[in-house]
Amino acid sequence: MTAYAALGALEQGLAYGIMAIGVFISFRILDFPDLTVDGSLPLGAAVSAVAITSGVNPYLSLILAIVAGSMAGWVTAILNTKFKILHLLASILTMIALYSINIRIMGGPNIALIGAPSVFDPVIGLGIPAHLASLVVFAVFAVAVVILVIWFLRTEFGQAMLATGDNPQMITSLGVNTHFIIIAGVGLSNGLVALSGALIAQNQGAADVGMGIGTIIAGLASVIVGETLFGTASVARSIIAALLGSVVYRLAIAFALGFEWGGFSFSPSDLNLITALLVVGAMSAPHLKKRLLAR
Amino acid sequence: MISLSECSKAFHRGGANEVQALEGITIELDEGDFATVIGSNGAGKSTLLNAVAGVFFLDQGTISVAGRDVTRWPEYKRATLIARVFQNPLLGTCPSATIEQNLALARRRGKRRGLAPGVLQRERAQFIDALGTIGLGLEHRLRDRVGLLSGGQRQALTMLMATLVRPEVLLLDEHTAALDPKTARQILALTRDIIAEHKLTALMVTHNMKDAIALGNRLIMLHQGRVVVGVAGADKQQLTVDDLLRKFYQVQGEALANDSMLLT
Ligand SMILES: Nc1ncnc2c1ncn2[C@@H]1O[C@H](COP(=O)(O)OP(=O)(O)OP(=O)(O)O)[C@@H](O)[C@H]1O
Ligand SMILES: [Mg+2]
Repeated sequence: MTAYAALGALEQGLAYGIMAIGVFISFRILDFPDLTVDGSLPLGAAVSAVAITSGVNPYLSLILAIVAGSMAGWVTAILNTKFKILHLLASILTMIALYSINIRIMGGPNIALIGAPSVFDPVIGLGIPAHLASLVVFAVFAVAVVILVIWFLRTEFGQAMLATGDNPQMITSLGVNTHFIIIAGVGLSNGLVALSGALIAQNQGAADVGMGIGTIIAGLASVIVGETLFGTASVARSIIAALLGSVVYRLAIAFALGFEWGGFSFSPSDLNLITALLVVGAMSAPHLKKRLLAR
Repeated sequence: MISLSECSKAFHRGGANEVQALEGITIELDEGDFATVIGSNGAGKSTLLNAVAGVFFLDQGTISVAGRDVTRWPEYKRATLIARVFQNPLLGTCPSATIEQNLALARRRGKRRGLAPGVLQRERAQFIDALGTIGLGLEHRLRDRVGLLSGGQRQALTMLMATLVRPEVLLLDEHTAALDPKTARQILALTRDIIAEHKLTALMVTHNMKDAIALGNRLIMLHQGRVVVGVAGADKQQLTVDDLLRKFYQVQGEALANDSMLLT
């Protein structure tokens, strides 16, 4: 793997790491398997791209993306809590609806952002070389998200959210409206996913309706790899682990794609297979370790 | 203070396996009344407590707590007035949260939860005091996850959580049934002390006739969703297990007789 590829993987790991933290919130904290993310990632990208091309400040466009993503999450959570549609199905419905909506928002399947203003401009303006600017911006955003989410989960509201995933009956008997918490939480999760999508679009210079495919799998892979490698001793630790897991996941993919053995090498279309193997490996690792140590 | 008036609830209504779980239940508990609730399996005891807590809405009847009509209130809203302890010790606490986090969740029962810290420094002193009163040494383990505690310890913690903010009504559904006899006695003693100390209005379901007689100032026997026996005050003090068993078989006998009349 070249240094250039490693740098790219690190960059992607941080940007998609924000998405992985979003997936952690729905999947692990709320126990709500949410496939909306496959649609809310490109939604964030689309909203940000349209905003930027119509003259909105790139940073402000991120806020619009977060709001849009949150709204997508609310729809899924409302379908589940108020209309009693199974969470998985509710999220698939929102996801497929978002495919059409994203094309509507962009007025087509994609929008190019080459040459448009971006969140990286001020950093490049500081004299940091362009290829490092995105790394710096992603790192700042990722760390800020980690800190904010950890802070949030220690608030009264955050504690009620953790309890909602853990023991809904108990927290209801303590006066918490779990429907409201689920709606807020799935909204927050998708807001983060949309933020991630907006940052990625600005970095790659385009928003594309297809860029969300496989988001949930990448997110789960990151969460699971992170848990396996960095532990789950506390909520704070699990959140940091999700971000680091995302970095490891992108590095592993970059490594696999750069791997050559004789005449054999992986092609980008092998990515899904690699991801699946990675998740299986990460999930079975603790179990295998126990069995080996038991001998 | 709580008053139930003509409360009825059927499950699977209209279906082949319709169950009339509550039928015209009327109960009045005054401020500070502590009623034990007995009855055979399926008599409707848990259903009665769930109806009060708001787990489901009644088909008929009204419920008011502390003078407020809560009949149409959802469960989470009734929690501002009502606290519960479940039979299953796993249900009363959050296993992955620490003892102090669980207590802090309970201290905010029925209050708005915002972006203030989930556990405040000054609350810890209060938690240590409160945990000290139950004498299990939990006051030294504020930061331990509740998942590490035994069933008895959890149930003691749940009792404390239920009464950290004084409820207008406390609901206990066989909350010692899943514990070993010694622990069950401890939790029962704790229950009696806490209810006496805060002069709580309480409903306690039990299958133990002795406990039902020994605790509280009221006794209610349910059978097939109806109140079949109600004893209060001095009568309750003189009650013996034999009296209770006699009443119980009398009621069951009548029910059987009624059933056989229906059959013939
Ligand atoms: N959610 C429900 N759905 C359908 N039927 C129910 C439900 N809850 C209770 N029932 C039925 O209502 C009747 C009363 O049940 P309940 O649980 O109140 O009895 P109980 O007096 O608490 O009995 P036990 O001593 O066994 O706990 C039973 O016939 C039960 O099968
Ligand atoms: Mg019961």
